Amino acid sequence: MATTLYRVIKHGFQNFWRQRLLSVATLLVILLALLVFEGLMIFNTVSNKAFDTIQDKIDVSVYFKTTAPEDDILRIKQSLEGLSEVKSVDYISRDKALDTFKAAHANDQTISQAIQQLGENPLEASLNVKAKNPSQYSVIASYLQNDSLKDLVDKVSYQQNQVVIERLAKIVNIGRQGGLALTAIFAFLAILVAFNTILLAIYSNREEVEVMRLVGASDMFIRGPYIVEGVIYGVISAVLSLAITAPLVYFVSPYLRVFIPGMDLISYFTSNIFKILGYQLLFGTIIGVVSSLIAIRRYLKT
Amino acid sequence: MIHFQNVSKDYNNHHALTDVTFKIVPKEFVSIVGRSGAGKSTIVKLLIGEDKPTKGRVIFGHYDVGKLKSRELPRLRRHIGTVFQDFKLLPSKNVYENIAFALEVASRPEHEIYDYVMEVLDLVDLRGKVKNFMNELSGGEKQRVAIARAMVNRPDVIVADEPTGNLDPVNTMGIISLLTKINELGTTVILATHNKDIVNQLGRRVLVVEDGRLVRDEENGRYSV
Ligand SMILES: Nc1ncnc2c1ncn2[C@@H]1O[C@H](COP(=O)(O)OP(=O)(O)O)[C@@H](O)[C@H]1O
Ligand SMILES: [Mg+2]
Repeated sequence: MATTLYRVIKHGFQNFWRQRLLSVATLLVILLALLVFEGLMIFNTVSNKAFDTIQDKIDVSVYFKTTAPEDDILRIKQSLEGLSEVKSVDYISRDKALDTFKAAHANDQTISQAIQQLGENPLEASLNVKAKNPSQYSVIASYLQNDSLKDLVDKVSYQQNQVVIERLAKIVNIGRQGGLALTAIFAFLAILVAFNTILLAIYSNREEVEVMRLVGASDMFIRGPYIVEGVIYGVISAVLSLAITAPLVYFVSPYLRVFIPGMDLISYFTSNIFKILGYQLLFGTIIGVVSSLIAIRRYLKT
Repeated sequence: MIHFQNVSKDYNNHHALTDVTFKIVPKEFVSIVGRSGAGKSTIVKLLIGEDKPTKGRVIFGHYDVGKLKSRELPRLRRHIGTVFQDFKLLPSKNVYENIAFALEVASRPEHEIYDYVMEVLDLVDLRGKVKNFMNELSGGEKQRVAIARAMVNRPDVIVADEPTGNLDPVNTMGIISLLTKINELGTTVILATHNKDIVNQLGRRVLVVEDGRLVRDEENGRYSV
């Protein structure tokens, strides 16, 4: 058994080396497939981060009449938090609103004087609501415009921003779905091409398979070396694809940060490097081994 | 040792073999002759389990060849050395590796492999070409590699299907005398050919096949068209 294993591995490496041209061609295609996978992984991370950033900027604010009691406002806050569409609710009291306002206009003499002369706080308390999904703001807005709240609520910011919010929501959703679809399509294409290449490579070996059978080689002895070759393809292309993407990531990362604040591609890449390498090894060897097995099956049947 | 019992083989309604019966005992040298398309290769394929008989039984030693499952075939094939017109060698392996392959698949130990391979290389007179690849050999040399590979497992029988079909007269004589020598060393040889000169010169047992039927079976036979 050990000798057979040793011989199978030996033949695998021998075939890989002796049919260099074929091996390199196959290797390049698997490498390409892995680069596509890795590109998609990074693309999804970046775009999700980008969409998160956009989504985070969208919210709906309800402003309460200055006469509305704080207890009522806090009760509304609680009931909002109970809604399944709501991600978070921030309460901004009248005092806090005034502080923020003062701080924002600290340098503006006329405004600070005007406020002082007014004597009382003219600002309204508000609730700042963020939805889990941007398409749900209309639901939240209509909840807030309910007749029962009419006496408390002064205005809901949604009406003014409705068009913008809806458009952003659409962009974010389409973007996420599109990214997913694109990932699926490219991954499918990459796998298809890689499989095809290996099927062809083994097709060119079909006469050898027949010869081995005539000489009395068991199926395992015939298949084994192709499996070994598949593993070699997987390992080499995984390492190569990582070696190619690493410098690209370092180069692109600073530019990305300009567009998407908080997006640190380098640290994402380095902290996940073993996970990425692991996936690559897994994908690479699966493509290499599975397609070899499928191709060989056809020539082993009698 | 080999027994074809009322064997018929049809390929989609075409009768390639019809009711063929014969026996071959150990150490015999048997030629199967007949025109191209007569059914010689079909007999060979049935013997090595490459095809199954439509009717009848093919017995080899204790194997009922027609009933073997495909995973049982490798065992049978290690008892039969095969030689073909188109050599069927592995192009990405050199002479040594091609011959050693037959022993490797039979799980023989490494040191034994070396000795056995060198021995058959002497027999076919190719010791000088151990490291050569197939595209560096002449047709006659390739066929000698194929014979060496067929021999190296020390099989009970060597089956050669038109082994000289691609060779010139000089190499043809070389291969035939090699097969004769192998037979003298104690191995059964079955030679399928349509070359009547070879057969007549051999003066051994001849099975004549015509249109899928065995029409003659003679010791010291001759073959005339
Ligand atoms: N795989 C096959 N499918 C269909 N017909 C076949 C097949 N193999 C052989 N035959 C037919 O069977 C007959 C005998 O063929 P074969 O045994 O190869 O002849 P020979 O070797 O004597 O030249 C021929 O008519 C050939 O066309
Ligand atoms: Mg033939």
